[in-house]
Amino acid sequence: MQQTDKSAAPEQTRPGPVYTPAADIFETEHAITVLADMPGVKAHDLKIDLHDNMLTLTGRVTGAEETGAKDVLREYRAGTFYRRFTLSETIDQAKIDAKLADGVLRLELPKIEKARPRQITVRTS
Amino acid sequence: MLVRHIWPSRPTLANPMLRLLESLETAAGESAAEPTAGVFPPVNVTQDDNHYYVRAEVPGVRASDLTISALRNRVSISGRREIPQEHERASYHRKERADGTFDRTIALPTDLDSERVEASYTDGILTLKLPKAAAAKPRQITVNT
Repeated sequence: MQQTDKSAAPEQTRPGPVYTPAADIFETEHAITVLADMPGVKAHDLKIDLHDNMLTLTGRVTGAEETGAKDVLREYRAGTFYRRFTLSETIDQAKIDAKLADGVLRLELPKIEKARPRQITVRTS
Repeated sequence: MLVRHIWPSRPTLANPMLRLLESLETAAGESAAEPTAGVFPPVNVTQDDNHYYVRAEVPGVRASDLTISALRNRVSISGRREIPQEHERASYHRKERADGTFDRTIALPTDLDSERVEASYTDGILTLKLPKAAAAKPRQITVNT
């Protein structure tokens, strides 16, 4: 699994900043798992798109602020989280599973059966 | 594109070329890296006539691991973020998310009614609703004629 060039982001049609979420990626013999911090993103504002082995994560933070309240201090801005990865052919694309809890996305990408390493026992005649 | 790590990253200069570059820049009196506040969590504070609202980005923290306290005009947010040990044979391609403890105190312009502070945690955002102390609320004064 490779991360593509960040500058390859498509043109944004929505105003506001675009952030790259911090991510952990690890692999076991059965699956690749991606964990990404996306605070403020609700499940229905998170889009996971898989097209031609390109996995795109887009999470939009929609206004949670009270209307009529005035700013005192602003350290972060709400925007869009965007990250794109290229998946290898070894991912079973039909079995991808995504969970979003407490602002953290957990994406399980199982490997297809034949790509798993297999121990071959050599028989002696 | 903006890259935002919600946890302030530790300075890692694993690349010897980068380290050399930084030492040259430091010698020339320039700072190599953008200065960062290095505080966690980042907060937004807003107010209306009766309340302050404090929002903090703390993804992946259990609500039970957060401690909030308010006294006079100060509110503290502390807690710990744990990243559980994954499969023992997992090999990491990327590890950008950090764990650990944090403690942050925010001083607000006026005193608070610390008895009636409300806190909620959804989607990795902690929201505090802090009523202003009665003495700190604006009062309408009628002009006698």
